[in-house]
Amino acid sequence: MPREKIDRITAEHRWFLDQFNYHILVCAGLGCPGNDDILRALGQTVRNRQLTDEVLIRKVGCMGLCSAGPLVLIRPGDLMYQKVQPEDAEEIIASLGKKPVERLLLSPDLAFFTRQHKNVLRLSGRIDPESLPDYLVAGGYQALLQALFAMQPTDILRCIQESGLRGRGGAGYPTGLKWSTVARAQGSPKYLICNADEGDPGAFMDRSLLESTPYAILEGMTVAAYAVGASEGFIYVRAEYPLAVQRLKRAIRDAEQNNLLGHSICGSNLNFRVQIRLGAGAFVCGEETALIRSIEGRRGLPRPRPPYPAEKGLRGRPTLINNVETYANIPSVITNGPEWWARLGTDKSRGTKVFALTGTIRNTGLIEVPMGMPLREIVYDIGGGLPGGHALKAVQTGGPSGGCIPAALLDTPVTYESLNELGSIMGSGGMIVIDDSASMVDIVTYFMAFCRDESCGKCTPCRVGTAQIHNLLTKFQNRKATMADLEMLEWLCDLVRNTSLCGLGQSAPNPVLSALRFFRQEFLDCILTDQNHEEVRP
Amino acid sequence: MMEKLRLATLWFDGCSGCHMSLLDTDERLLELTAFLDIVYSPLVDVKEFPDKVDITCVEGAISSPEDERMLVRVRNSSRLLVALGDCAVTGNIPAMRNIEGAPAMLRSIYTSGNGLQPQIPALDLPALNDKALPLHRFVPVDLFIPGCPPGADTLFTALTALIHGNTGHIALPTCFGA
Amino acid sequence: MTTPILTLTIDGKEVSGLAGETILQVARENGFFIPTLCWLDGLTSAGSCRLCMVEIKGSAALHPACITLIQEGMAVTTSSERLLRYRRAIIELLFSERNHVCAVCVVNGHCELQTLAQQLGIDHISFPGLYPDLPVDASHPRFVIDHNRCILCTRCVRVCGEIEGAHTWDVKNRGVRSQIVADFDTPWGDSTTCTGCGKCVHVCPTGALFEKGKSVAEMFKKPLGLPYLKAIRDLGV
Repeated sequence: MPREKIDRITAEHRWFLDQFNYHILVCAGLGCPGNDDILRALGQTVRNRQLTDEVLIRKVGCMGLCSAGPLVLIRPGDLMYQKVQPEDAEEIIASLGKKPVERLLLSPDLAFFTRQHKNVLRLSGRIDPESLPDYLVAGGYQALLQALFAMQPTDILRCIQESGLRGRGGAGYPTGLKWSTVARAQGSPKYLICNADEGDPGAFMDRSLLESTPYAILEGMTVAAYAVGASEGFIYVRAEYPLAVQRLKRAIRDAEQNNLLGHSICGSNLNFRVQIRLGAGAFVCGEETALIRSIEGRRGLPRPRPPYPAEKGLRGRPTLINNVETYANIPSVITNGPEWWARLGTDKSRGTKVFALTGTIRNTGLIEVPMGMPLREIVYDIGGGLPGGHALKAVQTGGPSGGCIPAALLDTPVTYESLNELGSIMGSGGMIVIDDSASMVDIVTYFMAFCRDESCGKCTPCRVGTAQIHNLLTKFQNRKATMADLEMLEWLCDLVRNTSLCGLGQSAPNPVLSALRFFRQEFLDCILTDQNHEEVRP
Repeated sequence: MMEKLRLATLWFDGCSGCHMSLLDTDERLLELTAFLDIVYSPLVDVKEFPDKVDITCVEGAISSPEDERMLVRVRNSSRLLVALGDCAVTGNIPAMRNIEGAPAMLRSIYTSGNGLQPQIPALDLPALNDKALPLHRFVPVDLFIPGCPPGADTLFTALTALIHGNTGHIALPTCFGA
Repeated sequence: MTTPILTLTIDGKEVSGLAGETILQVARENGFFIPTLCWLDGLTSAGSCRLCMVEIKGSAALHPACITLIQEGMAVTTSSERLLRYRRAIIELLFSERNHVCAVCVVNGHCELQTLAQQLGIDHISFPGLYPDLPVDASHPRFVIDHNRCILCTRCVRVCGEIEGAHTWDVKNRGVRSQIVADFDTPWGDSTTCTGCGKCVHVCPTGALFEKGKSVAEMFKKPLGLPYLKAIRDLGV
């Protein structure tokens, strides 16, 4: 019965969309300011010209190329206009069906678009994030229907395992393995959590996904709930993402009203409800055990593992916790099959990965590439290289838990393994391009200040160690360091990495260690050459 | 008979308790002086720090530019430098001012009371560093003897070990605050 | 049902313990020294001070002995040179974090932090002091909390919540700015939940919590009754 309802909604909405000759899609992400004015101007122009039966104006999610935003897409024809202002509305509407507005036109052959492989971001910037019918017309919820009516939970577990999907939150734990552990674990009820507490400086993959395709995340979660036997789900999202929260709330409400969440979903025997929990901005709450405590209403502090949340998580029950992007990948794995999915990427790092490309680079924005793509291609082809004649110095991945890849190693393929070998991590997908004018000492000092401020304070090495490391780095910044300080810096990094309680502390020294490995000379240059003690003031 | 080792002792920002402990070794001082010549100390009448010293024991934290200069001079002239007592080892009581810094401490001591003419003394007094710090923040230290003050037995054990050429880790019956 | 007995080696010596026991329990029963600060018999383990880290054969990571359960055939090392270096450094970090002035502290001579420093052979603090400006709260009629001496082990937080059931204490802020607070950060004397039982004072390993009227070196802590209190509570007596 509900299946028919879905088909009816889809057919009706497709009929509605097909009525219009032109669809004008306006990027309405948080990163494109002024899009409300553009929407208003376009709407006014359409009304003035009495084209309301011909032209449909829609706000959609992020189109990716934030540096050229606000972006407007005209369909059919897929004409993309960049840096659109409300004043351009007249000209854009007038050009419909005629010669495009050359001065705003963005070439579709741009490597930024052609080199990407969009899977998770497939619908981002193409559908209205607040419209369930839009998602359905685009093929949404087919994965859930297939899972519920054509697959057993064990089939789904096998499917995810065969795909080789690994967690997109940073550590890259095999998703299928995690799901199977939760499915096997004893305890009831089982919980499911979506970790949307994205906190790395310069990273906005999860925010964009939540803002652009919230239904896809709900669909992924629902499939997961069916596979592991969870009946209650939580999305832990930062309160600093108001637009994402607003769209998620709407998506949950729509899904509930259409029997895509709640009791007996689509007439199956699956019961699954989803609630939103707002994080108050503590970075450590992205760590799964701290996140769980925070959902329980307690102070967000990590606890030692084992037991892992898969066995004892929320309220002591088996809990599946995955990152936003991981869930967003699920529908495509189910509908296209694990073989199709596994063909993307490399042997051990399969599929595509979304990155937030920022820093000194021409094309800043959100990109999705198959794993294994060399950094050089990302920086110079997709990213368009560095502006203003700057030379590349390094690419920082993994934020405050990651490291930097120097320009000399730019041919490194982006996989979990290759980045780990270089002392960095894949992380959640932040990618910061650093040019030759930047000081690595300044950069790592910034990241260490971040870790010091965001340390929860529970364990000694992270709480005091990060503060001591930061003080030492400040000495380097002020060029008042000594060789003994360098030794102490390395010793403290070793201590914090090996004795801290959770991932935040254990990875906090990574940026420093990575910079010391590839840019040691910059640190040595900050050391006083004149060993006159009069000047070596503490 | 081997030549006597040259011993110096200094007193920076501290209470002289550590020197009292040295005197507390009582008759054992005579045993020590069989091996040691005290060439500079608040306890003897020598005005200039000599050039070549074997063992220098420093009591007190480093609190002023004058302390700093003297410490560097002493370090350069001494074979072994011993941080004697908690003030020299951790900063201890003098370092309690580090929380708010020297100017705030001076204000609260000299101007917040009920004096007739509250003023911060400046004439003839060396300026204070903002923080009182232990010796090893400025120069390398060879032996740390914590304690407030370290007892006479501790000092006797440490000096005896140094006399016998033991410069490695010396187990001492003392701790911070002891 | 009997609990299985597991055999393992600690520092090369074969020992046995009951399934469900921690490495720390078994090590202490067999006379091995593993330092601890946040752990206290009768309270849940926080695993936060990181002093009790041990090596387990076959695992690259270090494991806190206070929460890691023993397993059959496990080979534990409690005192390698590497572990000792880490332990000393952690104690030194604690000393550098706040204003620990043993010479004028109420628990001088019977402080767990001071004693551990001596046992581990720490004769100076290699890290520069942070010298934070922290308050002393003497608003309670019988007790004082001196944040300058606090090492954030959270024993007070746990004993108050778990044994006394008052949950007066908790922690505010994060990272190096963390601080123990009464209720919603009110002066201790104004706390509406504190029963004045004094358990927090006696579990505190340092001079951060002490009784009024005690001067330097006069405060003795007596936390030993906790396991009995916990047993009585668990029995529902």
